[in-house]
Amino acid sequence: MTSSFRYLPDTKQDQQDMLDFLNIQSIDDLFADLPSSIKLTEALAIPKAMPEPDLIKKMQQLSSQNIHANQYPLFLGAGTYDHFIPSVVSHIISRSEFYTAYTPYQPEISQGELQAIFEFQTMVCELTGMDIANSSMYDGFTSVAEAAALAVSTTKRSKVIVSQAVHPESRAILKTAATGPGYQVEEIHLTTDITNIRDMQEKTDDQTAAIIVQYPNFFGSVEDLREIKKIAQEHGALLIVSANPLALALLQSPGKLGADIVVGDMQPFGIPISFGGPHCGYFAVTKKLMRKIPGRIVGQTTDAQGNRGFTLTLQTREQHIRREKASSNICSNQALNALASAVFMSALGKQGIRQMATLNIEKADYMARQLTEKGFSVNNRSPFFNEFVVTLPVSVSEANHKLFDAGIIGGFDLNKDYRMNNQMLIAVTEQRSKEEIDQFVAILEGL
Amino acid sequence: MVEYHQLIFEISQSGRTGADLPESDVDPIELDEKFPKHLLRDTPAELPEVSELQLVRHYTALSHKNYGVDNGFYPLGSCTMKYNPKINEDVARLEGFSRIHPYQPAETVQGALQLLYELQEDLATISGMDAVTLQPSAGAQGEWTGLMIAKNYHQQNGENRSKVLVPDSAHGTNPASAAVAGFDTVTIPSNKNGLVDLEALKKRVDQDTAALMLTNPNTLGLFEKDIVEIAEVVHEAGGLLYYDGANANAILGKTTPGKMGFDIVHLNLHKTFTTPHGGGGPGAGPVGVTKELIPFLPVPRIERDGDNYIWNVDEPLSIGRVKGYYGNFGILARAYTYIRTMGPEGLRQVSESAVLHANYLKKRLETHYESPYAQFCKHEFVLSGAKQKKLGIRTMNIAKRLLDFGYHPPTIYFPLNVEECIMIEPTETETKETLDAFADSMIQIAHEVEEDPDIVLDAPHTTVVGRLDETKAARKPVLRYTKSL
Repeated sequence: MTSSFRYLPDTKQDQQDMLDFLNIQSIDDLFADLPSSIKLTEALAIPKAMPEPDLIKKMQQLSSQNIHANQYPLFLGAGTYDHFIPSVVSHIISRSEFYTAYTPYQPEISQGELQAIFEFQTMVCELTGMDIANSSMYDGFTSVAEAAALAVSTTKRSKVIVSQAVHPESRAILKTAATGPGYQVEEIHLTTDITNIRDMQEKTDDQTAAIIVQYPNFFGSVEDLREIKKIAQEHGALLIVSANPLALALLQSPGKLGADIVVGDMQPFGIPISFGGPHCGYFAVTKKLMRKIPGRIVGQTTDAQGNRGFTLTLQTREQHIRREKASSNICSNQALNALASAVFMSALGKQGIRQMATLNIEKADYMARQLTEKGFSVNNRSPFFNEFVVTLPVSVSEANHKLFDAGIIGGFDLNKDYRMNNQMLIAVTEQRSKEEIDQFVAILEGL
Repeated sequence: MVEYHQLIFEISQSGRTGADLPESDVDPIELDEKFPKHLLRDTPAELPEVSELQLVRHYTALSHKNYGVDNGFYPLGSCTMKYNPKINEDVARLEGFSRIHPYQPAETVQGALQLLYELQEDLATISGMDAVTLQPSAGAQGEWTGLMIAKNYHQQNGENRSKVLVPDSAHGTNPASAAVAGFDTVTIPSNKNGLVDLEALKKRVDQDTAALMLTNPNTLGLFEKDIVEIAEVVHEAGGLLYYDGANANAILGKTTPGKMGFDIVHLNLHKTFTTPHGGGGPGAGPVGVTKELIPFLPVPRIERDGDNYIWNVDEPLSIGRVKGYYGNFGILARAYTYIRTMGPEGLRQVSESAVLHANYLKKRLETHYESPYAQFCKHEFVLSGAKQKKLGIRTMNIAKRLLDFGYHPPTIYFPLNVEECIMIEPTETETKETLDAFADSMIQIAHEVEEDPDIVLDAPHTTVVGRLDETKAARKPVLRYTKSL
């Protein structure tokens, strides 16, 4: 053994001193309890070590094989959005006191993280209009499945119904998750761009634990939560809303419209798109569900001198206490990304997020109007936020090839999950300029 | 120096902002013309209003009240708090990685797909498995994914096996994951040497056993030396063997879960493969399986087709999706960078050093604290505070006293089968000087317990807050800030 690896500090002398102290000849003596049949006799067949200068070049080279959003304007959304991230966000989360820390089990030396998460929870409550938020979840998609599990265990009912206008990945994960505890998942059909309320009415019954909808939905349209709440209430089902937090800057909060659980992904707030992860789920509930909510929660308390302090709390809900009686196995959160989103929300502030959300609506609206003027049909019959669906004269993949040749990453192909031929889901964030939008429209015109 | 105790909401002043947005270059719209009134917010979300400098000072002050691996020694057992290399951070932030969208066409993200494909291959080699999925975002999610694979495998064979066996020393997530996957848990006791009681196991394994979940080395830091026989017992009954990779830092390049006879493995990239814990996440918990179980892996799978890397979503026996997109890509890029930094030789040295450090520290401490297991440990070990408890000092007090010495305390009161447990994992990235200094502090505390117990009982003395009233926090929960009127 040598110390030629920069992360391994032992010198030959250190090693000898430790072996002497242990009264052994070699490190292999410490592995003597491994049966010889299972010991590796050859080195792992993985590529050999690379020095830092070579490795950074290799990684730069590998990353340069990807086309990224700083090169080509991005009109893809479908759950992950290209938003402006102020420089301050990356600087704060690069403070290693935050990113190299473990979960704040020792509150006396984790007050920074705990307070930041307490503030995050407050911001989530403000946006969603809910009483309680946890410290974050893996992502928005898995949060939907966790919400369904909570609803099933709380109501002791056997079925959840989910709108087909909920993100296809959320629904796919929900289906996987449901086979564990064995509850039923039924889908509600669409009326063009929104959930078919009549189908929802027909499928909701006294075995329905929850109705799950997305706000704005996968096609960008804003569902009428007030109507949906009425159906849920009639049957004693919980209303679960998966919401884009940026849209909540302007849209009525799901809490005020009667949601029992609100989940979603904080990615639009200061988290890089990063090929789809890591992002940051959020999870908020009414006071009634406080002791059922999965995941870590930070609470305020005092020390012996009466100073305000923060600590992880309500831990009797959690897997390490409940073990096989737990209804969720989550034992972490996405703390660093929750921090990023809290820094983002604090930087933009009360006015800034409204301004950003308005820009998104205006730009998407502008693009939709341009397309309509040029004779394309925009399929959203309901008001939409920063995404909408347009019908093309050709397949989406053909259109996307043309766009790509002109240096634009086009929209999402709805043929993929919905068998909607020639229909493209286009996201227009505040990052897209009028010029880029006009260019996109001109290319579609030339199809 | 003025002490800083404010919440961001308490320094907020209406009219301030910490970010600029451009003016709109398109026509303005009237919100209330576009949306029905009842779907528009009637009151704005009360987010803070602070300048950029206020924001920076606020979070800088908070960071000063936080403790990471970069601040000092963090011997938190089973958490593998090793150094988080800086190059990994730079790589994850390269714009060709951080600025790509998950739904871009495959031909525009070949570099990212190649990275994922190669990482799958490397982790398969390191764990001795035949294929790996990178989707799970954490160890617990990996456990659940693995158990869902087991469930579907048995169902495919026409069997509805309902039980998952878990040793009493297992992480709490093991039984919780089994429950969430729809299994009943059967607990297997440990014997006096801290290992799985083979006879008890034989009695509990039957035709209804879907899997045995095992951490090896186990949470006591001890290698389950009967692993080959354990695997035979489980396999003979038709069950599968699940490897909880929380302690994989002890075995890199020395053995593999595959060699030991495991069928399903999860690895914690935030433990063994240096990705930062981030104050609780994000992490990554890839899952590897043997050949027979490959059809059940989650989709999409990342595969190679000639010179191209592709997504495969067409697998009829797959358990389906478990996570959005392809897992925590930014974390996976960090782990890939680490594996390329170390290579096969480096990874072996990691485990050798981690095990040497743990044994050295164990021997330095076991004359002062009860050491329930005499044999050599692997990368971590447990002590018991039973002797100190008799003098009125609990393990909790010892942990809090360590804060005064500038250390993050070890894991305490876990595993559950050791009284007043103190679980120490020093990792390979610490120097011998650090190990010695920590041992000296632990020994001093052992003396204090006998000579000056109050100083231990009242600890910590040096932290920004004292011991917090956790009962009050749970009984009268205050979980968000509310503006006082």
